[in-house]
Amino acid sequence: MIGRLRHMLIKEFIQVFRDKRARFFLFGPPIIQMLIFGYAATLEIKHVPTAIVDYDNSQVSRDLISRFTASRYFDVRHRLADSRQIAAVIERGDAVLAIQINAGFARRVRKGQVAHVQVIVDSSNSNTALVGLGYVNEVTGAFAGDYQLETLQRTSPLAIARMPKIVLDRRPWYNTDMSSQWFFVPGVIGNLLLVIVMTLTAFAVVREREIGTLEQIMVTPIRRAEFILGKTIPFFLIGLFDALLISSVGTLWFKVPLRGSLAVLTLGTVLFLFCVLGIGLFISTVSLTQQQAMVTGFFFIMPSIIFSGFGSPISSMPTFLQYLTYINPMRYYQTVLRGIYLKGVGLEALWPHLAAMALIGGVMLTISILRFHKSLE
Amino acid sequence: MNGASSAVVVTDLVKRFGDFVAVDAISLEARKGEIFGFLGPNGAGKSTTIRMLCGLLRPTSGQAQVSGLDVATQPEQVRQNIGYMSQKFSLYNDLTVSENLNFFAGMYSVGRSDLTSRLDWAIDMAGLRGRENSFTGTLAAGWKQRLALGCAVLHRPQVLFLDEPTSGVDPLSRRKFWDMIHTMAAEGVTVFVTTHYMDEAEYCNRLVLIDRGKIVASGSPLELKQKYMAGDLLLVECDEIGTALELLQGAPGVDDAAIFGNALHLVVPKASAAIAAVTSYLSQHGITVQTIEPIRPSLEDVFVSLTTARTGAATEKPIP
Ligand SMILES: Nc1ncnc2c1ncn2[C@@H]1O[C@H](COP(=O)(O)OP(=O)(O)OP(=O)(O)O)[C@@H](O)[C@H]1O
Ligand SMILES: [Mg+2]
Repeated sequence: MIGRLRHMLIKEFIQVFRDKRARFFLFGPPIIQMLIFGYAATLEIKHVPTAIVDYDNSQVSRDLISRFTASRYFDVRHRLADSRQIAAVIERGDAVLAIQINAGFARRVRKGQVAHVQVIVDSSNSNTALVGLGYVNEVTGAFAGDYQLETLQRTSPLAIARMPKIVLDRRPWYNTDMSSQWFFVPGVIGNLLLVIVMTLTAFAVVREREIGTLEQIMVTPIRRAEFILGKTIPFFLIGLFDALLISSVGTLWFKVPLRGSLAVLTLGTVLFLFCVLGIGLFISTVSLTQQQAMVTGFFFIMPSIIFSGFGSPISSMPTFLQYLTYINPMRYYQTVLRGIYLKGVGLEALWPHLAAMALIGGVMLTISILRFHKSLE
Repeated sequence: MNGASSAVVVTDLVKRFGDFVAVDAISLEARKGEIFGFLGPNGAGKSTTIRMLCGLLRPTSGQAQVSGLDVATQPEQVRQNIGYMSQKFSLYNDLTVSENLNFFAGMYSVGRSDLTSRLDWAIDMAGLRGRENSFTGTLAAGWKQRLALGCAVLHRPQVLFLDEPTSGVDPLSRRKFWDMIHTMAAEGVTVFVTTHYMDEAEYCNRLVLIDRGKIVASGSPLELKQKYMAGDLLLVECDEIGTALELLQGAPGVDDAAIFGNALHLVVPKASAAIAAVTSYLSQHGITVQTIEPIRPSLEDVFVSLTTARTGAATEKPIP
């Protein structure tokens, strides 16, 4: 038994490591993708390309505009003379926001009347539009507040002292700078492990089916269990190694703190890998060719990531989809990753998530192994 | 049936794929040390039968014993006693010659004491001495085939199943391959082989002809030729061979007609009488006969006459 398994493992490792391209595929893309994700995957919206039309051309309107140009949230690229140019700029995608200040703005402000600032927004990306509008609101609100304060200071300084004030003291826990890099980097570990380990496992079996060696192996006295272990242990180990590699990039390069226990993180990774190996084997039982395996893999990867809370929070999904996320192992792994990295929580907080992964992994592996037996027919 | 000297015993074996019956209640028996040829046109059910005998497919019904072990209930023991080469070449192209050999030796748990001598034997047999570290994918077809055979017999199986082992291999390599098969048979290994090459069928001790899942004939090559070629065989070379074939298939005094290369083979009750009759029959229809002479029947004639009798058409695949 041990002898055959050993030979299976030797063969798998030779095959995986022999090919230069395959070797690179194991360790190159994880690092590169980690870097790409770390830099590019961000929830923050900054430098919104903005166009401004100022028909008022007054001291007040220029003050307001300078607040936009000074803000890092806006990138004022266009100063238009005519509001009819706005459409063209937005259509070309040169600006997402256009702010138009009408003639008489300063006069109305001075008289204490309602002064309108018009905002046109390209809401084809609803998230950017929403956040951009929020920023505009903030900037104009602050400008109005400051203007009122100044006026009051000149007219009735005493009244200021009696004005009620509410100040927000922001205390962000865990990620003090609210850096979205810190938020994404631990999550990326889960995504990369899923893609790499699932694909490798599925392909390793399907390739043998495709070239006919599976049949040749199955007439030897090898037991199904030995074959399955031979096909999963290598990718389990590679998965663990990749996890180490990716998380090192996160810690050493992006300086994401690892606040919790490394042991619990390892346990969570092991359990998650069980689930992924189960999915990989499952795909191999429903695919006759590598191409089919690829398409089936896609079918698993997209929902796994979307319904995990990696990007958008599960709590903002429709209720029935929220229930669906409970069978998604990635959901638990994301919680474990962020819990350990950022919150520094341990087993006491994470055990239900670890248990869920153990359960799902067990079920997935059992189903796959049973199906695998049948698929050999 | 005499179990002690039979290596393969098959009784009423059936395999269905859905409604389709790929193997239809066949029974056969191969003796120890025999080279057992399994012939039939494409899709006849040869590979399906072999795959059931190797425990790769579960029979729908019927029984099969290999080395006295039931393939349905004792597949694991069966596997330790057989060697198999599938129709598709299936070694690892990205492993070297010796890595492939070592892997299969490991799968069959070839003992340490035996290992070196078996690996040496296989390398010499395949003619790959000095190329142990070449990638299998870079070998020419003949070498690959012999290496695959080597991998399949490292554990000294009692029964060897070869599914079209020599397809796509040059004649010289085929000869070498068959020399190896004869050597193994002489040592007592039962070789169960399918082939489309009729010259190879002549090398077999016994043949079974299968068509659309059913056995249509069996016996030694000589027996088959005598039994199923009642009558004489004529070779006819003439113009408009296609028209001539059509004419002769319905002609009086001609039992059967088929195209062989650029000539016709006719089965007739008596050669001497038929030569004149056929010549005049064809010339009546405006076809000139260049040559007409009696020949000794080959297995190919038997094969064609038996399978065309059932399908009513010429063989699908010209036999090389
Ligand atoms: N897994 C399967 N599912 C459905 N039909 C099958 C399956 N395997 C084989 N068949 C069908 O069974 C029939 C017999 O196939 P088989 O491969 O045994 O033929 P063969 O005699 O080996 O032919 P060839 O000379 O082409 O190798 C064919 O019609 C084939 O299409
Ligand atoms: Mg076949």
